[in-house]
Amino acid sequence: MVRCFLIHTVCSVSALGAGESRLLYSRLFGPDEGICSDRERGLSPEERRLVQKERIAVVARQVRSAVSLSREASSRVLVETVPGEETLALQEADSGVVRLRAGDPFSEEMSALWLGVQSLGFTLVCEPHENLLLAEGTLRNLTRHCLEHLHMLGQGSEVLLRSNRVDALLSRLLPHGQLLFLNHRFAQALEKEVAAYMAK
Amino acid sequence: MYSHGAESLIKQAREIQESELQRFYSRLVKLLQGKELGHETVDSLQRLHLILSATKYTRTLPPELQRKVHLLLSSPKEHFQVLSSAVLRETLPLSGQEGNYNQENISQLNSHAAALLLSQAGSRADLSSLCAQLLRSLESRQSEGPAHSLTHTLPILNTILTLSPECLTEDHVTLLSKKLVDWLRYASITQGGGASSGGFFTGPRSRQPVPTAELDGAVSGDFFTVLCVGQGFTEDQWMNVYSFSMLRHWLLTYHSVSSCNGTADTANRLQLSLSLSHSFSNDDRSEVDGSVVSMVSATSSFGRLLPPKERLREKSFQYCLRLIEQSDRKAHRKTDTDLQKACLVEAVCILDCVCEEDASLVFRAFPCIKALFGRLSSDLSFARVLLPIAQFYLNHGEMAAVDCECVWKLVFGRFPAELFNDHFLAHELLRFLRLNLKSLQRQVPQYTHSFPNLLKFLAWDSPAVVDDFVDLLPSLVTAGTAVELLHTLLDLPCLSATLVLQVRSTCLPISEPGGRGLQSPDAYRNPSFRGLFLFLLRGDAGSGDTIDRLSTLHELLAETADWPRVVQCAQTVPLLLHIFFNTVITGADEKLLSHLILVMLERSSLLLNIPEYNKEIHRVFSSHLLRFCKLHPSLVVDQSHELLEFAGATANVYSKEGIYTHVVWVLGEYLSVSCDSRCSVRLITSCFEALEAVLFEITSSVPPPGADCPAPRVVTTLMSALAKLASRSHDLIPRVSLFLSKLRTLTRGGSVAWCSDEEDLVAIVTRGEELCSLLKAPGVAQSVLTPPPHVTTPQWHRDTNVAMPLRLRALTSLTHSQ
Repeated sequence: MVRCFLIHTVCSVSALGAGESRLLYSRLFGPDEGICSDRERGLSPEERRLVQKERIAVVARQVRSAVSLSREASSRVLVETVPGEETLALQEADSGVVRLRAGDPFSEEMSALWLGVQSLGFTLVCEPHENLLLAEGTLRNLTRHCLEHLHMLGQGSEVLLRSNRVDALLSRLLPHGQLLFLNHRFAQALEKEVAAYMAK
Repeated sequence: MYSHGAESLIKQAREIQESELQRFYSRLVKLLQGKELGHETVDSLQRLHLILSATKYTRTLPPELQRKVHLLLSSPKEHFQVLSSAVLRETLPLSGQEGNYNQENISQLNSHAAALLLSQAGSRADLSSLCAQLLRSLESRQSEGPAHSLTHTLPILNTILTLSPECLTEDHVTLLSKKLVDWLRYASITQGGGASSGGFFTGPRSRQPVPTAELDGAVSGDFFTVLCVGQGFTEDQWMNVYSFSMLRHWLLTYHSVSSCNGTADTANRLQLSLSLSHSFSNDDRSEVDGSVVSMVSATSSFGRLLPPKERLREKSFQYCLRLIEQSDRKAHRKTDTDLQKACLVEAVCILDCVCEEDASLVFRAFPCIKALFGRLSSDLSFARVLLPIAQFYLNHGEMAAVDCECVWKLVFGRFPAELFNDHFLAHELLRFLRLNLKSLQRQVPQYTHSFPNLLKFLAWDSPAVVDDFVDLLPSLVTAGTAVELLHTLLDLPCLSATLVLQVRSTCLPISEPGGRGLQSPDAYRNPSFRGLFLFLLRGDAGSGDTIDRLSTLHELLAETADWPRVVQCAQTVPLLLHIFFNTVITGADEKLLSHLILVMLERSSLLLNIPEYNKEIHRVFSSHLLRFCKLHPSLVVDQSHELLEFAGATANVYSKEGIYTHVVWVLGEYLSVSCDSRCSVRLITSCFEALEAVLFEITSSVPPPGADCPAPRVVTTLMSALAKLASRSHDLIPRVSLFLSKLRTLTRGGSVAWCSDEEDLVAIVTRGEELCSLLKAPGVAQSVLTPPPHVTTPQWHRDTNVAMPLRLRALTSLTHSQ
């Protein structure tokens, strides 16, 4: 299962401290993992939500640091792309995976796959026994759709003001966090539905 | 991409004033009251979502607004379903609305409303009732609602059982096993969606069912799988995709060896295979099997007589074999080729899982796995597929008596050597090692000798994999390879630089006009230095601990000391050294420890010159030298020659102050007869003379150009060491006293060339005086300077001398009224 999908900054944001990451979109899948743990069972829904938010903030921070270390090590020059060059932006994107130890922040070990497109990171947190090849492909596909449908290569803030599009996209390609084995025909059928949603 | 506009939007959402927020709420309520909900409502709901989600503190909505939003969950327009679900997920459920998990029926809800219900579940009981509802709706054959309403059942179930597998009862598991079998094995093999085989003028009457196709265009000859394509798809074909997508997790959850009663299964199977008959059950859709049957389905004709769980296992087995066969076809599109790879991984993992459960399947699976390995092993682009195959070999190779040498050659040989820069492979390979450590240590003897190769992952991308090595390193430490491993760890930054050079030389042309004037790439290609680099790049341990010309190598790589990868690697080495030493010290014999001390002394001046790196390594060495000697004091006498040589070199005071201090300290502390009977008076005297000479030199001259004054700690440690040695061989006492009084005289003048701080000087002189007066009473001096163990390790209540006062004190405090 995919536990969550995040879109967050991987560049430095002036309003935040160094190493902090601003979350632009977050979606947790499934029931809260705390309801079955002894430690968190007694929490109120408010406290649960707080814990969830803190968890994904931790993930975003760890991915941010992984991205900046990776970019520093490879000494790559970030290519600035403009709207219309989504395919190029995706090709130039760097990717990796962060091992999140059990307890830090999820109760079990997780793998956070990330895709860094210029100043933003797209992260998929999944259970380590998941098919990471499939997860990687799904992440790339989701990122491509987000870049295109939300015009993310431009200066707009559609990712904030049209987050319902990402929700709709996820409900087709990653329903309730389920990674799907979609060949191009199945994918086309789902993408047609997504496109129809976006058009309205 | 991330603009000021976005940042200020978030800021506004977080800092919205209460009054403005209330106005916004009432505006939204009015909008929602209208008959037609249009773009303005969508935008406002979106803004509401932004306001709610921008802060981690929960905002509650006014009840009227929340009720209206809740109603939108069942709106015919999907935008409102999505937005209302998103908004309600960011706030608390209305009091009175929680706990209605028994009344609502999740199977009647659309996907977005179901997501909300899932996120609000508060207990296992809620999840159990959701499961029960979903399975009840699956049971009833006629599914109402749009075609996709059934498809979300499986993802929802999967996410629930990730958290709490006990939510499904035994009956539920049986029911779902049957359904999964139907969808996986008996989905229709004709294209759905009204695809017709005729042309433009063909009317609906001449519509004939068209069979599905394979990815290379051929007509499908066997049952439907995720690798089959068609113009459109039927509902059960969609369910085939959803079923396969969750199959591995299902099998891992409900088919693990512990959850099955192995003996009952085998008995059943034996009985059934003896009474083989072709009975068709009514629920079985296998009657519609086409006449074209591939080998896969034919070999297991008695599968349909098995109980549901076993049947699912059998059908999963067949599905995987078919996928492996289908993955050999050449797909037309890249996304399909990628999917084939992912399917191979999944198929092998599922086969591994079912073979764990039922060992008899191993003999059916192995030929296929072996063939797959043979097909893929020479192609490194399939490396990530070969890892699950390696797992299969590890789990079942022994039982099937298959030779796994070639697999391990790949995993421990080619993969780290050639694919060290593939992040995902590194992650998966290291995970494979971590999860199978015990089996690997047992079945793969070359594991512990493969560290030069495995460390390449670390040398290339330290931040990403250091965590894995923290877990793996202890298993790589063996008595036979410990020394070589230490040398390898110390030279990890060099390996890092070499790998960078290797990658660059393969990417760039041979004759690069020396644009940046770098020395290292030329050195890398220079035949006379080839041996040095080849040693670093070696794959296996055992060909030598290290090389003679290490200093040459360090010189050649000197300019790489500021390369980011090298710096990142250097930062992880101290941590790994700590782990190495901590592992070695448990259960290592003295011979190994003394050899390691030698290595520490030797390498303290033989490190790649990266800022801070040397200092950090020295710090690690110092602390572990201390630990070794504390544990085995006789080591000092053992290695006295080398330690004396190190301590007698004045240059070390200035260049390796930290480690020098510790060496002097251990000499002073442990060079005594009580620690090792081999310690002779002559040894003590020669040590004394060596240290005295150094102390004399550093306190009578200016530090060499470029060096700082020796730290006061070095001076006092030397003095204390001399005093300790003298207390053991009393003829040396007069020499020490003389020296210390001379020192006092010299420093009375005020400042000296070798100490810049007056306070420090005072401290040094004071210490000298204390030592002097101590040595005036030689008998006492020894026990003060080197107290016997029973004094330094008090036993508290176990010690008869100490116990009485403690007991009295305890009794007093108990009996005294407060």
